[in-house]
Amino acid sequence: MELITGAEIMVRCLKEEGVEYLFGYPGGAVLHIYDALYVQEDVKHILVRHEQAALHAADGYSRACGKPGVALVTSGPGLTNAITGIANAYMDSVPLVVFSGQVPTALIGNDAFQEVDAVGITRPCVKHNFLVRDIKNLAETIKKAFFIATTGRPGPVLIDLPKDVTIAKAEYHYPKKVKLRSYNPTIKGHAGQIRKAVDMILSAKRPIIYTGGGVILSDGSPELVELTQLLGYPITNTLMGLGAYPATDKQFIGMLGMHGTYEANMAMHDCDVLIAIGARFDDRVTGKIEKFCPSARIVHVDIDPSSISKNVQVDIPIVGSVPNVLRAMISVIRDEKLKPDAEALGKWWRQIDEWRAIKSLNYRQSNEVIKPQFVIQKLYEVTQGQAIIASDVGQHQMWAAQYYHFDRPRQWINSGGLGTMGFGLPAAMGAKFAFPDQDVACVTGDGSIQMMLQELATMKQYNTPVKIVNLNNGYLGMVRQWQEFFYQKRYCMTYFESLPDFVMLAEAYGHVGMRIDKPRDVEGALREAFAMKDRTVFLDFITDQTENVFPMIPSGGGQNEMLLAERDEMVSTHDEGMVLL
Amino acid sequence: MNNNNRHLISILLENEAGALSRVANLFSARGYNIESLTVAPTDDPTLSRLTLVTSGNEQVIEQIVKQLNKLIDVVKLIDLSETDAIERELMLIKTRANGEQRAEMKRLADIFGGRILDVTDATYTIELTGDGEKLDNFLRAVERDAILEVVRSGATGIARGQKALHI
Repeated sequence: MELITGAEIMVRCLKEEGVEYLFGYPGGAVLHIYDALYVQEDVKHILVRHEQAALHAADGYSRACGKPGVALVTSGPGLTNAITGIANAYMDSVPLVVFSGQVPTALIGNDAFQEVDAVGITRPCVKHNFLVRDIKNLAETIKKAFFIATTGRPGPVLIDLPKDVTIAKAEYHYPKKVKLRSYNPTIKGHAGQIRKAVDMILSAKRPIIYTGGGVILSDGSPELVELTQLLGYPITNTLMGLGAYPATDKQFIGMLGMHGTYEANMAMHDCDVLIAIGARFDDRVTGKIEKFCPSARIVHVDIDPSSISKNVQVDIPIVGSVPNVLRAMISVIRDEKLKPDAEALGKWWRQIDEWRAIKSLNYRQSNEVIKPQFVIQKLYEVTQGQAIIASDVGQHQMWAAQYYHFDRPRQWINSGGLGTMGFGLPAAMGAKFAFPDQDVACVTGDGSIQMMLQELATMKQYNTPVKIVNLNNGYLGMVRQWQEFFYQKRYCMTYFESLPDFVMLAEAYGHVGMRIDKPRDVEGALREAFAMKDRTVFLDFITDQTENVFPMIPSGGGQNEMLLAERDEMVSTHDEGMVLL
Repeated sequence: MNNNNRHLISILLENEAGALSRVANLFSARGYNIESLTVAPTDDPTLSRLTLVTSGNEQVIEQIVKQLNKLIDVVKLIDLSETDAIERELMLIKTRANGEQRAEMKRLADIFGGRILDVTDATYTIELTGDGEKLDNFLRAVERDAILEVVRSGATGIARGQKALHI
């Protein structure tokens, strides 16, 4: 039998897993792995400019196409730089397999050069991690890592590889299947619970379906659409769940939560049955827990038992994968020819339409200064709603979520849980690797973009043309908004007195730069940029510096205590609410 | 609803490096209370048995159990407080044993079913097992000044009857 090195084993395992792209950055501890990568062409290595970007790119790739993202970093600083990316994927349950180099086993614990306790430092932000001390376990560990990362509630798994393990030789055997006695996620929902849930759902007078990222991660969108349309109920999506249900359908009442639509939040507040699917009752969604859905009985479908009754006690929990459980619900309804209460539902929809008529996403248009919302609306029009949108974190993220109507899952890529500024650009690049023929835009701001700017070089090297839509207001807008409302306009450290010339900067990296400061030029610039199919274009939109994101539920408020744009004066929140900022 | 009840949770854990820290880390990361923790390999060398004492209301305990089950290294667990169970803790206590105190200390150890493991002119080292309350009672019975050192193992336990935690 042929003996090959640990590095070669790793690369062969990746090939067998069907890994197309490995996002990484070399260093001393992983030199053998890079040497093994050099002599093959199956796994394409993408050389980023910072390890955090390797993780975000792998993350964006995975969110766009559903396959696990794979990254490789060296020991010590390579790994510590990657931590933000790992934590980001963990919070949003993105399946990643991360390889980190480690100092040779004999030196572990010796404070060796570029040594850090990788399994220790990542433990709180991975689904699981491994330190491979013996080459005999390497292939099986890699199999386990892919299995754990992609099943159940997905998440990042780290494999720490000491340098001597990558040098040692062993026979290659990649197991076809792997079984862990301690890990066996529940996929199929409990039939009795599903039956009970269907009864409760059909007994509703004022129902609402509230779905999150779990629907997208489990590819449960077709089942969700079928069930929702079968019932005729209103549906709202979380920030992470946008695209799971087509936003242009009349049953969709918009995003819910802190910056959700008036109709979505009011319907949540007044509902009598809440059907939560693949969502986790995050604090940005619930507002003050005591005021959350006061008269609702709750059904909750989730693959992770620990997500159920964590923040809000539910009446009917169902543990299982979303498509599986929803198919079972649909069968019960169809087989027994069950019907919702049409009269009550009609009345409920009339109420919702009244809320809708308030048009909570209206804003004051201007002919002088570019409104950021307007840019997103034009982006939507120019791309005919078909582009993949990767967003950074801040006001622009909320506007993108509100004004770009996502009709399909995996079209909207954003850092929801961790809220990582800098995520957008490398994530857009990762999405472009997954779908080179689709339009990909990165919606960002002047704060976020500067956190991962160096990836413009990677994008040049690999020719991943992304359209960067920079909503440049000179401020850290979301923080500025809170300072305006809750800190008596004391704008501490939220104004950038110095910003680079983004046009020149884009050009310095070999891309196209455009600066747009008139509302009338917005559409033309976007059309021009998207016409340049093979170029990355940096569109620097100089936007209204004082624009705020509305509607808004101030922390500590209930879902029915929204502030709308017309009421520009913000009442100060109470102390209890301030803690929740 | 009962608030902050004490729970004895017993876990079968993969006997692997780092498994214990995953459990300990979970408690600190999520702000759960941990009163004591004992761990040792079982008759099956691939498994460790970990017993911990925690407290919280029903909701908190439910989350603790779910979060523990979510750890890949946790094979099985049981909340022994939810069942009829035997709880034991080992205590080693070094006391002064001078003059009149010497006979008194011996009598006290006997009453509590303790064993004297080591004797010097001036001290006894006593071994005592029982549930936590019994050990507390013993400590209360001994004069404060007489105690030189106390070592407690933390509680461990097993279900009564035919019920057994194994794979």
